[in-house]
Amino acid sequence: MTVQAISPDYHGSMKDSVEHFHGQQLLNIGWDQHLMFATPLCIPVPPGMPFGALVQQVLPGLYGQHPQFAQIDWAATEWLRSGERFTPAMDQSLADNGLGHKAVLRFRTPGLAGLAGAAF
Amino acid sequence: MNPATLTPTAEAAKTAARKLSLKENYALLTRDLGWEPSYQKPEDVFRHAQFEGIKIHDWEQWEDPFRLTMDAYWKYQGEKERKLYAILDAFQQNNAQFNVSDVRYVQALKLFINGVVGMEYASHRGFNIIGREFPGTAARIAAQMQAIDELRHAQTQTHALSHYSKYFAGMSEFPHQYDRTWYLSIPKSFFEDAVSSGPFEFVVGICFAFEYVLTNLVFMPWMSGAAYNGDMSTVSFGFSAQSDEARHMTLGIEVIKFLLEQDPANVPIVQGWIDKWFWRGYRLLSLVAAMMDYMLPKRVMSWAEAWEIYYEQNGGALFADLARYGIRPPRHADVTVKEKAHVSHQLWSTFYQFRHAAGFAVWLPSQDEQQWLSAKYPDTFDRYYRPRYAHWAALEAAGTPFANATLPQLCQVCQWPLLFTEPDDPTQICYREESYLGEKFHCCSDGCREIFAKEPQKYVHAHLPVHQIYQGSYFLPDVNPGAPGFNPLVEALRYMGITAGVDGGSFHGHVDAQNWERWTQRPASMHDPMQSAPQPTPQAATPPPPHTPPHTAPQTPPQRQPA
Repeated sequence: MTVQAISPDYHGSMKDSVEHFHGQQLLNIGWDQHLMFATPLCIPVPPGMPFGALVQQVLPGLYGQHPQFAQIDWAATEWLRSGERFTPAMDQSLADNGLGHKAVLRFRTPGLAGLAGAAF
Repeated sequence: MNPATLTPTAEAAKTAARKLSLKENYALLTRDLGWEPSYQKPEDVFRHAQFEGIKIHDWEQWEDPFRLTMDAYWKYQGEKERKLYAILDAFQQNNAQFNVSDVRYVQALKLFINGVVGMEYASHRGFNIIGREFPGTAARIAAQMQAIDELRHAQTQTHALSHYSKYFAGMSEFPHQYDRTWYLSIPKSFFEDAVSSGPFEFVVGICFAFEYVLTNLVFMPWMSGAAYNGDMSTVSFGFSAQSDEARHMTLGIEVIKFLLEQDPANVPIVQGWIDKWFWRGYRLLSLVAAMMDYMLPKRVMSWAEAWEIYYEQNGGALFADLARYGIRPPRHADVTVKEKAHVSHQLWSTFYQFRHAAGFAVWLPSQDEQQWLSAKYPDTFDRYYRPRYAHWAALEAAGTPFANATLPQLCQVCQWPLLFTEPDDPTQICYREESYLGEKFHCCSDGCREIFAKEPQKYVHAHLPVHQIYQGSYFLPDVNPGAPGFNPLVEALRYMGITAGVDGGSFHGHVDAQNWERWTQRPASMHDPMQSAPQPTPQAATPPPPHTPPHTAPQTPPQRQPA
């Protein structure tokens, strides 16, 4: 059952579709097992940004405060797109890597499971 | 007009003077004031009574359980007002704001004025709407009285807290902040979701699922917490509101029984609303969990204990009673039981790292408070949450406190950040994703995801503050996003009316903490006298420029020091 509305054929308008973001798109990012960052982060990014630039230039600003960030072996990092494992092409854009507007990108860092044995 | 009606005979006057019994009075109020429309179709007069699919065969079967009449209503409310304002007056004349346990307690009051007062007002709007929409006269009268109650609550709470606002920061801009501040979109969206529902969904969602099933968790912690921490002003408006609330709760249970008894086809519709509004209300009450476990200097009970008493036991008995109507407990009630030992800690951790964007000061729990948390949460606190506070305390001591300067991903339905973990894995954030017409939407839980999936047309409208900031709609008119050094986060905080160190920010060095110690000669935190010592500003946070006009607290000592 969908929404019951007074007027027939009611349809909501998309409040957050990509055309509202001035040429950028939203990307949600989460670092699994690192709950020092209590929530996934939401950032605006250009769709044409190479995945490698995201890793090298954006993630340090988001997660660099965590003591384990500097120890990450990026070659061994596991990536998830909408919860599914995938292998990103570092030299291709976010869009070409299937990361469209409001995508969720998660990463797991083997051997680095957060602080204090508490995924912190 | 016949002059005879203006000049009653002695016999007629004698008849008119006879005092009606309450039953007669109520019958006249709720039946004689109704009429059958003659020149409009009933469905044109009551335009919203049909579209939700609820079938009512006989509105005469519904009666206000309290059979409240207008003269009785005004008499009771007038008595309560006189008592309330006498107590508030005495509280103010005695500078009793300085008799509370410590100034961290006052931070909890900021949640009340910024979040709850706006909800009371929104509730007043909702009951006015259904007071127009219900075809049954008795139900309309009850809704109208509840609308007045809710407006009165917003007023008395504002009056009670306005005195605190003379001395403490962060309470003066509550209507502005309720509409604009990121975490206040959680209560705001809750009520606007309800008000924009049909009349039957509103009354089931608010009167039953929220007020009857869940609000004991607000009454007891807020008002017991206020009493325990010496805040007789808040206790007074709590007592004044409580008889209204008891009446509202009774209305909630009667309304649902009426709907279920009128037609079997109503049962699955009502069950869907119970599922939805229980989950929405539960997510909203996460704020109360944080207050009980972290914000009360003198604690009443833990969130987990409160949930056991007021939901698991009371709610269990309630739903056992409703089983004869074919109603089962709300979906995902089992998840709330799994989350009860985590939710307050996860929420406080979130407020701590976004404290520069909060409307109240935030702190790390002291060692003795952590002992209490450890005792109350033996299976979770020491293992998962104490290490966080130890790490963050070390960073504060080193002058490099942790803060999260990036905006969080929000849930499309409840609008909390995705801060909750999987029900069976406290190390993994719970991500839930939905697609609708090619667009992605994200939720914090299965409960919120199912609400979205049922009515995607509604929730695509959700006004998510984080997305609005990135769309550029959270800026004041004087902002030029193209200016050199433009910082959208700083400007968004200015738009919200949030100034770190005045509204929110770290408790260390907060203006409330400094004033408290100066005015009372008592430590700002009763648990750790050093808590209010000034510390370096968080480096990773984005402190906004001074708020204009600045929030000000009196810079002169009060006339009378507390005993």
